[in-house]
Amino acid sequence: MNTAKTIQTARAPKSFELFDFLYKYGTLITIGLLIIVFGAMSDSFLQPSNIINILRSISIVTIIAIGITISLSVGGFDLSVGSVASLANALVISMFVWHGQGVWTSIILTILICLSAGVINSFMIVKLKIQDMLLTLAMMFVFQGIAQTYTKGATLSQNMIMPDGSFSTGIISPAFAKIGQVPWIIIIMLVVVAIVHVFLTYTKHGRYMYVIGGNMEAAKLSGIPVNKYRIAAYLMSAVFAAIGGIMLGARVMTAEVNSGAPYLMDSVAAAYIGFAVLGAGKPNAIGTFVGAVLIGILQNGLVMLSVPYYAMDIVKGTVLAFALAITYYKTK
Amino acid sequence: MPNVENWEVLLTALPILEKKSFQEGEEMGAAKQIKLEMKGISIEFPGVKALNQVDFNTMTGTSQALIGANGAGKSTLMKVLSGAYGHYTGEIYIDNEPVSIRNPKDAKDLGIQIVYQEVDTALVPYLTVGENIMLDYTVNDMSSKQIVSWGHIHKRSKDILDKMNVKVSSRKLVSELTLAEKQMVLIARAISKTCRFLIFDEPTAPLSHSETEELFRIVRALKQENVGVIFISHRLPELFEICDDITVMRDGEFVLKESIRDITQNQVVEYMLGRKLGDQFPKIDIRKGETVFETRNFGDGEKIHDIHIHVKKGEVIGIAGLVGAGKTELCKALFGMVKANTGDVILHGKKLRLRSPNEAVKQGIALVPEERRKEGILVSESVTANITAVNLKKFSILNTFLSFKKEKEAAREIIRNLGIKTPSENTRVQNLSGGNQQKVAIGKWLITDAEVYIFDEPTKGVDVGAKKDIFELIFQLAKRGKCIIYASCELSEMMGITDRMYVLYDGMIAKELQTSKTNEEEILFYSTGGK
Repeated sequence: MNTAKTIQTARAPKSFELFDFLYKYGTLITIGLLIIVFGAMSDSFLQPSNIINILRSISIVTIIAIGITISLSVGGFDLSVGSVASLANALVISMFVWHGQGVWTSIILTILICLSAGVINSFMIVKLKIQDMLLTLAMMFVFQGIAQTYTKGATLSQNMIMPDGSFSTGIISPAFAKIGQVPWIIIIMLVVVAIVHVFLTYTKHGRYMYVIGGNMEAAKLSGIPVNKYRIAAYLMSAVFAAIGGIMLGARVMTAEVNSGAPYLMDSVAAAYIGFAVLGAGKPNAIGTFVGAVLIGILQNGLVMLSVPYYAMDIVKGTVLAFALAITYYKTK
Repeated sequence: MPNVENWEVLLTALPILEKKSFQEGEEMGAAKQIKLEMKGISIEFPGVKALNQVDFNTMTGTSQALIGANGAGKSTLMKVLSGAYGHYTGEIYIDNEPVSIRNPKDAKDLGIQIVYQEVDTALVPYLTVGENIMLDYTVNDMSSKQIVSWGHIHKRSKDILDKMNVKVSSRKLVSELTLAEKQMVLIARAISKTCRFLIFDEPTAPLSHSETEELFRIVRALKQENVGVIFISHRLPELFEICDDITVMRDGEFVLKESIRDITQNQVVEYMLGRKLGDQFPKIDIRKGETVFETRNFGDGEKIHDIHIHVKKGEVIGIAGLVGAGKTELCKALFGMVKANTGDVILHGKKLRLRSPNEAVKQGIALVPEERRKEGILVSESVTANITAVNLKKFSILNTFLSFKKEKEAAREIIRNLGIKTPSENTRVQNLSGGNQQKVAIGKWLITDAEVYIFDEPTKGVDVGAKKDIFELIFQLAKRGKCIIYASCELSEMMGITDRMYVLYDGMIAKELQTSKTNEEEILFYSTGGK
């Protein structure tokens, strides 16, 4: 066999080139088209204030989606992120309102407790070998239940009525509120995306994770400590979900029942849209951010066009299905 | 849903149908022999000409052996005949009538059935034996009938099993069967429809001696029924026991067809190889050093026991044995893939801890696994990422940040040294040929500087040219003073590449042989349990 022949086999047939182009740039083209369409239909869409509004609205989604991206990179999947975010939201607000803790104590304690959710997930998946999707589906309900039980089904806020009839005395620190406001909320998001991008693409550990995700058996036989990295991935996923939940708390200053649940769907969609961005073909941080931007623009634009909020899930679900279709068609 | 009227008609028609098919069988028993001819068959895959103008012919009521070294094209030829590869050129005649076989259904309609080597790929484990036997019927012959008649399925499959004299309940789940029983189910499926020619692709490889005998009994019975049996196997004594004629292939071409009575086993081997054994293997004299690697009482607590081997510096030792003797298990256990290792593994006088591949790699052991696509390479990653995956530490700054430049340099060097045919170091490995994928799987270990290299069937599915490169590579490693453990069931490779070998039988070392003082017959003798 000569080299010329090998090259021939390596090159994809011509009919696929259009698909490859759309695969690589489709997401970016879609974003561009959406901006043009929404910009033409609504005067306020392209206002700087609205653009900041979009970025703010996607920041929490992006951070939770980054957690999912990491779990996807080792070939896993974490469905429990929405519930972990709810739990983090409840915990962090309760630290202030019920226990009168300071900003740092509250945040660190919340992250540590949520980390234990990651420990449970990774133990069950890695050691007991339960299928990730099913296990995290089960744990999604468990964590959601824990959050609700902890708050006794109530919404936590400053001066809330306690079960004994008195008012809570704790105060949510103004410094904490800053986290949930522009520009900090956007800065945090960008910093997270940048760090995880560097981690996955430019470090040894990120490469190992992709290797594990690509072929776990081969990774093991290459001497990579596969279980260690898989556990790490689920822990990171839980931490990013917790950060998302904390930022949600800072933004709304309350903890509603199941507040994190709606973020699950958007995050999964963002991560899967991210697969295709610039032809990466695998979960990646930048792609996930782009995916979140796409969803954010879509949502913002549709609201401006007075599409009712209750119809929004149709659009988002369709976008996810479309992203999945592209990903799986490609890997076929 | 069919209407009731139709239904009754079908139900009443059923026994007649059955009767007819049996009659057909009886008629066939009395019928004259039918000739099958394949003329000038060629087939090409991207970059490889797998078959080149191959002629093959056989008759019903006889058994035909098809033999050749790995990669000679036996399986490919039979896949053409059974309709798995539709893009061949050449002609096929049955009973002097030209036929076209472009898909498996064509072949089945002509009465050509195949029992593949990997029985599990053709069976549905959570369905019963009966359903599996009648699968072709359920898929192809129910036409407008919508309701599955359980009684019919079990009765018909029981009849077939009885006829074969196989004692397996048709109501048992396939997942509960042994490998040999699964094979019987596949044979039963093949003869559940009109079967004029039945192809066996290496059927005896995973079978025990008594199971093989049972299979041969059925093959003989099939011959009695005027079925033409085509038998692919590497085990010459078996072919001489069961077959009437033999066809030899080499490098995708027809070599000869002969009656088995007129040829000896040694002649067959010569035709298969087409040259003296030595040619393929580089002969370099390597000075052996002191014993570096050693195992004592080593076992995996399951399949292999009491393994004592030692390897000197620069020595290539072979692990010989038939499929299922425990070669792969031994390789994996030495690489820490098994938790409950017993006994000691000693490298440079130091006892090793081998609880995971991770530990094994750190202590200087490398494994090129048998299942390349599943275990050896990352198909969707670039050549570079594959090559550097085992030792990223070498390419990272502060043990964290990757240096893409260093990676690229290393990958290019490996590509150059091993002659990996790839457009660039960024090409995804899935776009390379089997041989080049294997070179990547080996290449990644060359940058780790391991002490002990374990190869498990490294030439499986690799073309002849790449094979030679791989042997060359192994010699280069030996020259650098590495210890090589080479496991293979290819006797010619054992003879060509090793200095010394251990023959495994049933998970134990049956014999230690000096390669220069032994021959293939002796290896085979000990592999098959001879004492």
